[in-house]
Amino acid sequence: MNILILAPAYQGHLHASMGPVLTAAHQLSPKGTIDAIVFEASSGCAAASCAMYVGLTRIWRVVSQDFEQTIAPEWIVPTLVELAQKYDVIMAPANTFGKNIMPNLAAVLDVGQVSDVIKILGPRQFERPIYAGNAIEQVESTDAKILLTIRPIAFDAAVMGTSPVPVENCSLIMGHLKDRVTFISVEKPPSQRPDLQSASVVVSGGRGVGEDFSLIEQLADCFGAAVGASRAAVDAGFITNDCQVGQTGKVVAPDLYIAVGISGAIQHWSGMKDSKVIVAINKDAEAPLSKMADYVLIGDLFQVIPELIVAVKKEKETA
Amino acid sequence: MKILIPIKRVIDHMAKIHIKPDGSGVINDYVKMAINPFDEIAVEQALVLREQGQATQVTVLSIGPVGCVETLRHALALGADQAIHIQTDIPLLPLDIAKLITHIVQKNVFDLVISGKQAIDNDCNQVGQMVAALLGWPQGTFISQVVVEGKTLLVKREVDHGIEQLRLVLPCVLTTDLRLNRPRYASLPNVMKAKNKPLETYTLAQLNFKPREGQKTLQILEPTSREGGILVASIQELIEHLKKEQVL
Repeated sequence: MNILILAPAYQGHLHASMGPVLTAAHQLSPKGTIDAIVFEASSGCAAASCAMYVGLTRIWRVVSQDFEQTIAPEWIVPTLVELAQKYDVIMAPANTFGKNIMPNLAAVLDVGQVSDVIKILGPRQFERPIYAGNAIEQVESTDAKILLTIRPIAFDAAVMGTSPVPVENCSLIMGHLKDRVTFISVEKPPSQRPDLQSASVVVSGGRGVGEDFSLIEQLADCFGAAVGASRAAVDAGFITNDCQVGQTGKVVAPDLYIAVGISGAIQHWSGMKDSKVIVAINKDAEAPLSKMADYVLIGDLFQVIPELIVAVKKEKETA
Repeated sequence: MKILIPIKRVIDHMAKIHIKPDGSGVINDYVKMAINPFDEIAVEQALVLREQGQATQVTVLSIGPVGCVETLRHALALGADQAIHIQTDIPLLPLDIAKLITHIVQKNVFDLVISGKQAIDNDCNQVGQMVAALLGWPQGTFISQVVVEGKTLLVKREVDHGIEQLRLVLPCVLTTDLRLNRPRYASLPNVMKAKNKPLETYTLAQLNFKPREGQKTLQILEPTSREGGILVASIQELIEHLKKEQVL
């Protein structure tokens, strides 16, 4: 079984979700060829980073200045369709990169797509969450070509080695839609903290935190953690949307998830329930999250968090 | 500008999901059904564009069992002008849905399709992108803002690394994210008026459409649940637990 991975590259950098997707590819085809395709500008280093992963056979690199800022499906699908002839399976991470491109490719190839795969059950059988994780669906694909998006947190990241696999140039076939999509800008929230989806500790705040998220940020910083938020906190404008954890935001599974002032609507729960240890800090002992978290501390967060910050700092200093 | 909004009838987002004992699916009987919340945001956006004078007509389309008529009437009560129901009891995969939507677009001539980014039942997040591909139109997924500028749309997309702004040439396909707008409520007079708005019904046979095969559900399982946790009395106790768990 030959697999092609659409490598998640933004602005010339390879995203960490490549690692888990490669692991999923290995599980699906332990002996087959696994190649990856990278779209980037000539200055980009995503193909070179991708080549360091152990288990890949080859990297296809497609270069165009158009990919300097973003990658639109309209620009890359014709090339993918051409290359797809050589492969049985095409996969990408189930993040906004993969979700944007893969269904478009599937429709052009006239095949279905299995979204958000969390387990490989067999060569054609997969497990995926539905109803915001309230049910698990086992599906079988009988399509001529199998297209998958892989939920990154469900698979360990593949390792990187010391010698790169070959990177070959692949020519770009630009479709007729080229001029109908124009990149204007990207607003990136400035943050010195780790990436929400790959951080080992996440501290999240809910509407209970209020407009000033600095307490959450301080607590996050003493753990070296990423900052997350509930949908309610994002909707209220307390924090930017890229921090939203939940069914419709980001799905995270850190070693430690600390939820502060979050009631724990199913929407939020489905985005963090796979975390190893979940701590809920809330004034409401009846909130859903207070009943589901591993450790629950009931109290006024404006009193508890400053004390917790002091206690954690002390621990870190003595450790 | 004529807008088509495909809407899906799903189990209400507040209702609890019950899996059938034989694992063949989720219990749909006697459960409150509603319009998929992301699709309701799409309807709202179309209505806003019509109120701004940008759109002339808003058509809603639903594909599924006879109950979809109720969902279509809800969209008409919100303010859509007309509705199309493709009636079928066969559960269709996203590619089939996308093909049917494409068929309706080509038959009626629309300039813009706005769909929800995903349905909250199967969480696939596929149909809008597939429609764009089948029509050969540009796509703007996960939209949190849209501004019409001549024959183009300036859209903001919610992506993992921030907010991306693109310009798309019409005709195109958009899929909505949560923060695009806050849907209105239907007023009682509008609910009454909706009963007299045009609603066409087709069967798959009338459209000469045969569902494709390609994916089948083997079974639906309960997710693994977490045990309830420990109520800690003090910060020091919490610290001790976190140390024991080796996360501090």
